Amino acid sequence: MMAGIIKSGMRTRYSGRFIWVCLLLCLPLLAVAQEQAPVSQLLKDRCSSCHNLTGPAPTTLAALRARKAPDLFYAGNKYKQEWLVEWLQAPKRIRPAGMLYVDHIKASVDGDVVDKASLQPHMSLDADTAKSVAADIMTLKGGAALVTAGDYQPGKISASMGEMLFDKFRGCLACHEIEPGYGGASGPEMYTVAKRLQEDYLISFLRNPLAWDPRTFMPDKKLKEKDLQKFVHYFRGLSEMKF
Amino acid sequence: MRYTVSSVAVWLLILLAGISSPVSATESGKDLYQVYCWQCHGMAGDGMGVNVRDMSVQPRNHTDAKEMASRSDEELFKAIKEGGQAISKSVLMPPWGGNLNDDEIRSLVAYLRELCQCQYGGG
Repeated sequence: MMAGIIKSGMRTRYSGRFIWVCLLLCLPLLAVAQEQAPVSQLLKDRCSSCHNLTGPAPTTLAALRARKAPDLFYAGNKYKQEWLVEWLQAPKRIRPAGMLYVDHIKASVDGDVVDKASLQPHMSLDADTAKSVAADIMTLKGGAALVTAGDYQPGKISASMGEMLFDKFRGCLACHEIEPGYGGASGPEMYTVAKRLQEDYLISFLRNPLAWDPRTFMPDKKLKEKDLQKFVHYFRGLSEMKF
Repeated sequence: MRYTVSSVAVWLLILLAGISSPVSATESGKDLYQVYCWQCHGMAGDGMGVNVRDMSVQPRNHTDAKEMASRSDEELFKAIKEGGQAISKSVLMPPWGGNLNDDEIRSLVAYLRELCQCQYGGG
C-alpha cells in the first residue's frame, strides 16, 4: 500500500517534470506562433491554395519544389502596399522562368529555354477586391525580427556604377534581368524590384537571403554592408527608367 | 491526473512533430544539382543553362571529361563552396557555402564525377 503511494507520488512528480520540459521545449515554437499574424478569411479563400500564409519557408528541397508561389507569411514586411494594389489588378510575371525555374525550362538546340506554355498566369482582381486583399496581405508580419526600420539610407549611385557592381563585381546579372529581356531568367526581375519591395526588406534580404528563405537558390554572397546600400540605390534608379 | 499528463504529452508531441522541420537536411547530389546548378550549367550539365544567353563567360561544361579530369575534388569543392573567384575563375560562379553544408557539397562533387564520367587525373 505504502509502496503504491510512493510509486504514484514519484510518477506524478516525474510526470510534472516531463510537462515542464515539454513546455520549455515548445517556447521557441510559441514565439514563432506569436509572430504570425492571424490570416483573414479573404486571404484564406483567395490565396492559400498557392501561397504559404503562415510559414515556415521550405527547409528541404522537396518542400521548395512543392512551393507554387511566393511565401506571403512575411509579406507585410516585404511588399509595398500601393504596388500590390496595382499588381493584383493587372498581374505581370516577375520571374521570367516562374517560381522555380526547374519546372519551367526545356532543352533546345540553343541550350535550355523557358517553357512558356508551362507558366500559369496569376488571377487578376477588381479594384475593390485588390485593395482589400493588399490590405490583408500587409497584416502578415512574419520575419519582423529580421527587418530594421531605417536600415536603408536613401542615396544615389550612377547607373553605370550600379551596373558594374551588380554585374561585373558580383555577377548578379547571371540570374536577374536588369531590363526586359536582358539578364538571367531564373531569378526575379530587378528593374521593378524597388517598386515592389520595401527598401529595408531589400537590405535585410541581401544581407542574408537564407534567414528569410533557407532553401533559396539565391546564393548568399556575404555582401559588404556599404554595398547593400549601393545595391538598393541602383534598384531605385532602375525602377525610374523607362523600358 | 495521469490522464491529463498523458494527453498533454501527446498534444505536445503532435505540436512538435507538426511544426518543427529539419533545417539542415542533407539532400542528394542529383537533387541539389537540379535546383542550384541547372540554372547556369543546364539540364544536361553541358553549360547551356537557361541563364546563359546574356552571360559574359560560358559556364563550365560538366560533361567535358578532359576539362573536369584536370580539376581535383578539392578544387571542385572549393569552387562550389567559395565561388569561382576562389579558384581564379569567374565571379559568375557564386559561393554556395552559405546555402549548402559540406556534406551536400561533397555530394555535388560526387555527382559531377558521375556527369563527366571521369576522375581527377584520369579521362
